[in-house]
This record gives sequence, structure tokens and C-alpha cells, in this order.
Amino acid sequence: MIQFTSKGIYCIPGKFYLDPWQPVDLAIITHGHADHARPGMNKYLCHHFTVGILKSRIGPDIQVEGLAYNQTIQINGVKISLHPAGHIIGSAQIRLEYKGKVTVFTGDYKIQDDGLSTPFEPVKCHELITESTFGLPIYRWESVEIQNQRLNAWITHNQGYKKTSVFIGYSLGKSQRILNAVKDMGDIYVHNSIAKLNMAYSDAGIKLPSYQIIDPMTDMKQLDGKIVLLPPALLDTQLLQKIPHVAYAICSGWMQIRGARRWRSADAGFAISDHADWNGLLEAVKESGAEKVYVTHGQTASFSKYLNEIGIEAEEVNTNYGEELSV
Amino acid sequence: MIEFATLINALDSSNKASLKKEAIIRFLTFAPEKDKRWFLALMTGKRPRRAISTKELKTWVMEITGIPEWLFIECYAAVGDLSETLALLLPPASEKLDKSLSEWMEEILQLANASMEEKKAFVLTSWNKLNTIERFIFNKLLGGSFRLGISSKGLINTIAAHFQIEPSIVTHSIMGEWNPHDYAFDKLVRGEYSDTNLSKPYPFCLAYPVEKQVEDLGLITEWQCEYKWDGIRGQLIKRDDEIFIWSRGEELVTIQFPEITDALKQWKGSFVLDGEILAAKEGQILNFNELQKRINRKVISKTLREEVPIVVYLYDLLELDGKDLRSEPLQERRKLLEQLCQGQVDPTIQLSPLIHGENWSDLQKLQAASRALNSEGIMLKKKDSTYYVGRKKGGWWKWKVNPMTIDAVLIYAQKGSGRRSAHYTDYTFAVKDGDHLVSIAKAYSGLTDKEILEVSRYIRQNAVEKFGPVRTVKPELVFEIAFEGIGYSKRHKSGVALRFPRILRWRRDKKAADIDTLENIKKLIP
Repeated sequence: MIQFTSKGIYCIPGKFYLDPWQPVDLAIITHGHADHARPGMNKYLCHHFTVGILKSRIGPDIQVEGLAYNQTIQINGVKISLHPAGHIIGSAQIRLEYKGKVTVFTGDYKIQDDGLSTPFEPVKCHELITESTFGLPIYRWESVEIQNQRLNAWITHNQGYKKTSVFIGYSLGKSQRILNAVKDMGDIYVHNSIAKLNMAYSDAGIKLPSYQIIDPMTDMKQLDGKIVLLPPALLDTQLLQKIPHVAYAICSGWMQIRGARRWRSADAGFAISDHADWNGLLEAVKESGAEKVYVTHGQTASFSKYLNEIGIEAEEVNTNYGEELSV
Repeated sequence: MIEFATLINALDSSNKASLKKEAIIRFLTFAPEKDKRWFLALMTGKRPRRAISTKELKTWVMEITGIPEWLFIECYAAVGDLSETLALLLPPASEKLDKSLSEWMEEILQLANASMEEKKAFVLTSWNKLNTIERFIFNKLLGGSFRLGISSKGLINTIAAHFQIEPSIVTHSIMGEWNPHDYAFDKLVRGEYSDTNLSKPYPFCLAYPVEKQVEDLGLITEWQCEYKWDGIRGQLIKRDDEIFIWSRGEELVTIQFPEITDALKQWKGSFVLDGEILAAKEGQILNFNELQKRINRKVISKTLREEVPIVVYLYDLLELDGKDLRSEPLQERRKLLEQLCQGQVDPTIQLSPLIHGENWSDLQKLQAASRALNSEGIMLKKKDSTYYVGRKKGGWWKWKVNPMTIDAVLIYAQKGSGRRSAHYTDYTFAVKDGDHLVSIAKAYSGLTDKEILEVSRYIRQNAVEKFGPVRTVKPELVFEIAFEGIGYSKRHKSGVALRFPRILRWRRDKKAADIDTLENIKKLIP
């Protein structure tokens, strides 16, 4: 049913692509991150919550249709439905059924409930196409509750020294998670690129804490003891340097490793991820009941070798996903 | 251990000196007395003997987690630190335990006489009561080298500022051999404990490279000029007829150079000498590769002594008959040194010969020719300079000959450790030998972070292997490698080894066909 092509993951009977990286006619999109939702498709199909994100990121005039979770449609005899992936708002696993055979493409996902995204639901299938970003057993996340406590403790520490706490995280998904986690800790400023995506949350009826916008015109002297959220692109820029008493933290699964924290040389690193950890990946694979697993981006070689060793047939496939994950 | 864990976490996660200082002072203020002593002991390399091998720790973690060895190796490669890999792989603790750093150290000390079952029980029970960062520290305490995100100089300066004393006093006090059981922390850093510590060396005086033209240094007559020797910088101490030899890495190397002890036995009085240990035959200084054969050996055989005879060139006299001479001007110290050497018959220990030039351009000629003597250039020391601590500008300068360079191609890559663990940073380079490529040098530094990312990406995309630590790379990327010396060696396939190889620049303009040939490179060997 599925073919891995140079344009993306192709559904042969359905004649459409899943998260393609080159222009095609019909693209079914798992979620709104740039490595999965690319410009240039004739038509996009995604979850309702992702529609606004695609319009904001790719262009207001794109042709895009939204689906609800668990709603089924048919294209060229292939039954298609979307299921919560728990990665970010609107993120979906794509379930394809054709002549009794079921294939599921996870896109990016996490098992932990972050309190904002619709929590991950396992989907039974014959074939599973899974990511493996953190597919090594050294990646094991702490509970969301403890992660949030760590963020708040760090802010309190910084406030003791009258420092501004700056969090660096992806503008879509991670930033809103942080925003929600630190809501009771003081005044919050976010960069405009994050504020734009906050709209997707309010459109979906998810209430985020109130915040102000930070831009080069903001009086940085007022920021002592306050909280700022910035996307990774602003990491090595003037804006960060202009804040007089700054402590900045990177929020990313890669921060699990000391070496990665030191490489980035931030003041702190928090292993907060929107991807499944090692146990999460294994759990998802096992719960799907799949007979055959295709491993896309991440630790593809190690994860597929391990699956084969525990008796689950697995194979690596080459895709263009994961490029934005090198923070 | 909470204070210590907080300190490690803070030192580890920031690059800002001010934050590190803040964290150390917090630790010095709040940590229990015994923990502070152990902290200092660990930071200065005074750790107990390793009671459990890393292989055992690894085996136990694989037993507990059930992960196969190949996967363990992959994890280790991604983390770049064994203690951390072990800590991350273990399942979450099921109990909580708070022991102080010193309590942990006492228990670890007792492991020395325990059976393997007892050791295993102790480690497994401890792991189960610690969180990830505590486990990481515990694993380090069990014996790995404990390097923290701060230089010993940074630590010393912070402690000195905190206690409002001179950094040199702190350095002097904590450098020698002491035991954390014996001295109070405050007394230790102030150097107030008994001075029967005969072995204690002084901190070495170091030089910066000449920055501009040597002519800018003023009158040549104000400078003492010597060749810069490439051996092991050492301090030779004789106090109350006991002899100690320290390397610059603050290690005691007395037993590795029995000739020096034999020679010094004939010398009268008590003194501390600064000099260079060199391999030498028939009056000729040999390549550093020769000296390397004698480093890190437990037993120095007679054959080795004959194969690689050594000589010490004395630079300076730091202490004579109990008197610290370091604040005397260099010319006074040199005079006393010459008097001390007078009449000594054993040729193992000699004065470092002074060289004289009428003017700077005379000296320039000697400098340019220094490589032929297996010297790296010339040392310029102001005649009125004191023997200061560490590196300062003004008194001493090193005036090195330009490095030699070759163009070589990248053939193997490995991930680094520590902060470099996410990227391929350790490279092996090859040169042409007929139709073949032969490895000639390994290099770890010289690229910017940005270049490392780019080279890492190339390696990921062009590597032959998928597993294991070493990646064989398509030989396409050419780099200019600089080095200080060259000699024959069995370490590399080429049969040639470079001294201090490092990447000078990435030659994007060159192809693998343009690299140097082994034949030409061998012509550089003196």
C-alpha cells in the first residue's frame, strides 16, 4: 500500500502523499512543523487545529481541508482517518485502510500528556511507520509535573538574583507548553513568532495565560525577574544580548545529555520534549500490534536493529524529516 | 550530597565564569567541612584507587537493564561519558537516600578490601537510591577522572578571593600531597598545616608566545635567551636528602627517571630546581618521540635506560637551603644556579645553555635554525623577572619557530567526549603512499563549532559503518595539519608520527589528489 519515494511517503492505491517534502497534488499532513508541512502542495488535508497553522506558516491562500480525530473519509478506495499523536496541537497519526490492511504513519508523537495537545492514542495496524528521534535508552523523560517544577524552581532561583529567565523552545508546541507551565511565576513576554502561533491554540478553544510581546523596542531594563520566551532562531542574536541581567535555558529533549547542554553553553538546559522517549517508542510499537515497522527519522539504525532483535520486523527508511531538530 | 550535586550541575551547565564562581562560593558557604576537603581533594586529582573497573559497572548495568552490548556502545557514543551513560540507562530509583560527599567517599575507600560480591551489592544498592545526577557523581566518585567545568586556576582564584588570600598561597598549599582526613579546609587552603611536606613543588612559571616583533621588547641585553626545549618540564626537589621529581602536570615522576635521582644524590644541600627532562645521546637532544617511550612506565629497565638516555637542562633555581628565591630577579637566581652546578660531575644534569646575540636579528637567525637542534625556538626571559605563578605577560616569552604543515585527508572520525559528544570531532588523517592512503595523525582541535557541525554532517552522510564508535569516511575532505616536530614511530601506518598535530584550516579549495605524499613528508625528519 505504501511506497517510500524521493518526494515523500506515497500511498499507491490512494494516489496521495503523507508529509511530502516535494510538491505533489494531495498531501496529508500529520502536524504543522516545517519539516512535515512544506509549501508547494496543490491540496492539503490535516486536522482542524492544523488548518490555521498551515495558513499562517505557508500562506493564507493554500487549499486546505480539516478533519476531526477519528473521522473517516475515503479517497480512491482508501479509508483515511486521523488519530491523536500528542506531539503538538492538532498533531495526528494517519491511519490508512485498504482491502482490510491497515497502515499507520505516526508523524512525530509523544506518549506523555502535556496538558495542551490531545493525548496520544495507540492505533492497531499491520504496518507502522514510526519516528525514532530519541530512539536510544538514554532518553527517558521525567514526568511532566517534575519537568514543570524544575522550570519554576529555575525561575525562582533567577528571581533571587533579579535575573530575567529566558526560555528557548520551538515556537509551535514547546513554547505554549512552557507558557502554560510558568503561568503563575510572573509577567511573561513572548516573541511575535510565538504569539502568532498562540492564535492556533485560542482558535481551538485552548486558553493560554496572558502575555506581552517582546521586540527590539521593548524596554529591556524592565525585564529583571520576569519571564521571556524566544524561538531557537533568536539564540545567537542581539535581542538576547540586549536583556541586561539574563539567564537563558534551552528546552529540548537533546538537553538530556550534558555534552549537548555544554555544546550550546546555555545557562541551563531542560530535557522537555514533544517526542516519545525510548520507552514511549517501544510502547507505541508494541501497542500498535504491527507485524512490520518502518523507522523514519532519528536513531533509525539503532531502533530498527533493536526491534528486530526483540522479534519485531523493522526496517529503516530514508526521509527528509527531523531537520529542524538540531537545537 | 545535595550541595555537591548542585555545585556540579551549576559548573557543568554554564560557560559563564561569574555563575561558576557564584556556585563555588555557595558550596564553600553551605557545604559541611568534610565535604569541602573532599571537594578540594577530588579537584586536585587526589582520588582513591579505583576499586571497581568500568567494565564491571558496564556489565552490571547491562544485567539490570537487559540491553545488549551493541546498544550500550551506541548510547555511550551518543553521551560521550561513561559515568553519565550508566546513570542515564539505569531505571529510576525506588528509594531515596541522602549521604554527604564525605560519607560516600569513606564508603568508597572501604571498597578497596571488599570482595567482588560486596562491591556489587554496594553499587547496586546505591544506584537504586540516587537520582540521575547523583548517580552520575557517584559513578565518577567510584574512580573515573573527575574533571569539572572549571580549570584548576579558576577554582584557585575563586577560593583565594573567598578567603581573601593570594592565589599563589592557595596553589602552593593544595598542590602537594595531603590527605583530606588530616587537615581542616581553612587551614589547608591557607597552607597552615605542618611544613614537613618535603615534596611540595612550586607552581610553574609559564610564558606567553611573543605577540609582536621581538624588536619591541627593547634592549636585547635586558633579556636572558635560551633554547626552548620540547621535553618534560619538571621540578627537581631535594630537601633533607629526599628527592622528588614533579612534572608540569603536577604528577610525581620520580621513579621514571632513576638517573636523575642518582645524580642528585651527589648534590649537596636542599634546593628546588626548574628544568626540562630530555632524551639525549652523545650530546644531541633527541626527538620527543624517543622520550615518549619512557613516559607512563612502572618499571624502567636497564635496556630502556640505555636505549633512551636522558638529560636535564636546568632553567631556574626556586629554593635554596629553605629560602624561597622566587621573588629574586632572574639574574640573581641564575648566578646561584650556576654556583650550585659548579663542580658537579654527572652529566645527567646540566645548565640550560644561554645563547647570545649582539642584536635581535642575530637571534632571529638562531631562532630560525633551532629546529635542527630539536629545539622549538627561543625562550626570552627578562633578567630582572621574578618567578611568578602561572602565565603573566611581560616577564617571560616563548618565541617559537613556525609550525610545519602538511595537507592530509580525513579518513576516520569519532565522536568527541564531554561537550563534543553530539558531534564528530576526533579525526584521523592520511597522506598518500603510492596509490594508498596511510594514516599519519589524529587531531582534535582547530575547527570552529560551525565547521564541526558541517564536517559532522558530511561524516553522517558519507560513513561506511552505521554502528560502533569509528566511522570510515570517504576520503574527500582535505585539511592543513600543523605540527611542531616529526619523527619515526610505529603508532601510525605511515611509520611517521607528528608532534602536537592540530588542524590549521579546512582546505575546501583542495581535493584528495592534492594532499602530500609520505615520501615528501619523510624528508622533513631531521
